[in-house]
Amino acid sequence: MRNYLNEDYRLSSWLLTRDHKRIGLLFMLSITGFFVIGGLAATIIRLELMTPAGDVVTADTYNKLFTMHGVTMVWFFLIPSIPNVLGNFLIPMMIGARDLAFPRLNLASWYLFMLGGFVTVYALIRGGVDTGWTFYTPFSTMFSNTHVVPALLGVFIAGFSSILTGLNFIITIHKMRAPGLTWMRLPLFVWTIYATSIILVLATPVLACTVGLLLLERIFHVGIFDPKLGGDPLLFQHLFWFYSHPAVYIMILPGMGVTSELITCFSRKPLFGYRAVAYSSLAIAIIGFLVWGHHMFVSGQSVYAGMVFSFLSFLVSIPSAIKVFNWTATLYKGRITFHTPMLYALGFVGLFSIGGLTGLLLAALAIDVHVHDTYFVIAHFHYIMVGGMVSAYLGGIHFWWPKMSGRLYPESWGRFAAVLLFFGFNLTFFPQFILGYLGMPRRYHEYPPEFQVLNVMSSLGATILAAGYILPLFYLGWSLKYGRVAPANPWNATGLEWQTASPPITHNFEVMPEVTAGAYAYTEHTPLPLEVADDPFARAV
Amino acid sequence: MTRAIWMTYFVLMILLAMTTGFAYVDTGIAALNTAIALSIAVVKTLLVVLIFMEVKHSSKLTHIFVGAGFFWLGILLTLTMNDYLSRGWLGTGQ
Amino acid sequence: MTHLQEQYDDLEQQHEAAKLGMWAFLATEVLFFGGLILAYLVYRYLFPEAFRQGSKEMEVAFGCINTAVLLTSSLFMALAVQAAKVGKGKTVRRLLVLTALLGAVFLGLKSLEYRNHIRDHKFPGAAFHSELPHAEQLELFYFIYFAATALHALHLTVGCAVVLVIAWRAGRGAYSADYHSPVEVTGLYWHFIDVVWIFLFPLFYLLGQAS
Repeated sequence: MRNYLNEDYRLSSWLLTRDHKRIGLLFMLSITGFFVIGGLAATIIRLELMTPAGDVVTADTYNKLFTMHGVTMVWFFLIPSIPNVLGNFLIPMMIGARDLAFPRLNLASWYLFMLGGFVTVYALIRGGVDTGWTFYTPFSTMFSNTHVVPALLGVFIAGFSSILTGLNFIITIHKMRAPGLTWMRLPLFVWTIYATSIILVLATPVLACTVGLLLLERIFHVGIFDPKLGGDPLLFQHLFWFYSHPAVYIMILPGMGVTSELITCFSRKPLFGYRAVAYSSLAIAIIGFLVWGHHMFVSGQSVYAGMVFSFLSFLVSIPSAIKVFNWTATLYKGRITFHTPMLYALGFVGLFSIGGLTGLLLAALAIDVHVHDTYFVIAHFHYIMVGGMVSAYLGGIHFWWPKMSGRLYPESWGRFAAVLLFFGFNLTFFPQFILGYLGMPRRYHEYPPEFQVLNVMSSLGATILAAGYILPLFYLGWSLKYGRVAPANPWNATGLEWQTASPPITHNFEVMPEVTAGAYAYTEHTPLPLEVADDPFARAV
Repeated sequence: MTRAIWMTYFVLMILLAMTTGFAYVDTGIAALNTAIALSIAVVKTLLVVLIFMEVKHSSKLTHIFVGAGFFWLGILLTLTMNDYLSRGWLGTGQ
Repeated sequence: MTHLQEQYDDLEQQHEAAKLGMWAFLATEVLFFGGLILAYLVYRYLFPEAFRQGSKEMEVAFGCINTAVLLTSSLFMALAVQAAKVGKGKTVRRLLVLTALLGAVFLGLKSLEYRNHIRDHKFPGAAFHSELPHAEQLELFYFIYFAATALHALHLTVGCAVVLVIAWRAGRGAYSADYHSPVEVTGLYWHFIDVVWIFLFPLFYLLGQAS
């Protein structure tokens, strides 16, 4: 059978492809590489924190490590993770289109991303950057003597990749839907990618502008953030967080979309409160733009502004909570099966809830003053970004793996890795809540001896977590050659992407689909997903 | 349509003359000069966007896209100025 | 020859996608300039005296003539789009060449103006010099001025190049009444550059002239 993978084997057919599915896979390979780089930095950080003394690396190296970890993970893994990999692969299929609206822009987006990535990695190879991923001025412009310029230049370039991708998704979702596919029939994954794209398109240019100004100041030693001229470093923080807070929602909204897909599929029920969940994505995208000042409570921003930002930050929890309640209600009386993607999805709901609820604590002015810049903050956002987003990403990869590769992955190994990841993650990051509450500040390579037990627990958890990440690389790779050939719809799922072959042909559909029902037309007669007993690998072990 | 374009052009040139002229009129209130200059800029923008860019004859969706950019710019400016304008309001020194 | 790309059902869908795509891009551009607008606003609020001085030092004639030049170029662009809709390729070419020419005139005048600023030691950095009491803050004004106008000029340069390519293709009969999206989309971009200048002109040249 001819499909998008065996259409053409030449290298140029990949490097010059305009097929959204192939570009999705190119992104998948690339971000896996960046994840490894960011992960290695995290490994050394956790190793250093095993003991109170700074005995593995120097303080300077430690600063560079957490900066490298943050920069690569934020801009070169999390932001492109679900949108550019799963979004690219799935959006045209989910809406019944042959491709994205602008396939050449899509390819350009990958090249910009890679260029940005290489420039930033160059900064790391040349000796790294020590500013933290936030590049606060005036340290980043006047005092740091590390490779700020190439690191920022890479981020600047990758930003344009984000903009092109977001723009492409928005136009595609508006203009390319199959006949009969109204907004209220769209899969929720499409809604969340749409909401994410709004942020990509409207926030990223402000980052580009800010980074551009910072680069000018760094290179020419004169600029608008320079306190010597009366410039205000707080202006930098406003501009930076106008992008970087919504960017947090770039890193979680697509995960919510994946979770919505997985929970309905493995509960065999339509999603409870579809409309509310769909609109809550837009609400998160919009309200998410109004809360950035909660990163600046202790920065010298006016107390009044702090109060306004604090209030608005509480508001954003409402649409997030709507989603969690509706997922839970979907599970109620569902015919639940615990396949690997479902385990990741349930993990997502739990970990995201913890991350979100601790976010409420941080949004409260008085508590934030107490735990600002401590491990409490670190734990909070890792629960969202790693516990939430990475769980959802892996859940999505497993769920759509048969569609991408045409093979089934070994289910029991999948379940094992998902459970491992959940426990490893909690063991890594829960102790950090306690550490932060007790007052351990972030970004130091040494700490008082009384914090050691919790830090050792955290490092131990990180080891388990790492195993949870590495395992899928092996068994998914294994399945490419030895996995059972996947049928078109192994999960008996609804959704247009399951109506085409696995793997699909280059332009997705033999016959262009027409849509007559909503995305989640599950009934009590819908057969259950593929049984584990059918899994040859599970039987073999 | 061509006629509307020429008319718009002449109005734009008149507005340019007006805004430049007004700039030298000392109203005694600096804010008034600023308000006049910016109002004229807004009117000019509206003319270019509605007539030259044909938004007047475009779909509702286009209107939303046009509005979105300016709306989000408004968020950036408003919430940041909210900080600068309210420094020291609550008597805490910040 | 077909202009329909394979992912679309028909030319109308393709045309609408292209136009909407450009509008989304322009929304991005608004926010891209937005960072500089915010910087202007904050520092104007913090240092009103220095910013008034800065405006007074500007040569308003340059700004005013350049505004007229850009508005006229937008006129030609709008007329070119109308001509493209009825498939008059030669007219489109003539009007677009005029548009790009006026864009070049703007850039020429702007560089003369830059030369004067540099001659007067108003380029931020080591060479900056001012006898006025708020010299540092004036330097901030000039920094934002140079950043914003240079970014605008960069957009205009790209615009001129694109307009010339479209003009050349229009002359060769690439566009018709059925297919002229590239002309329209380029037009939107060009008008946007005009709109940016419509704001930069009063912000840097006019405010503070009277007092």
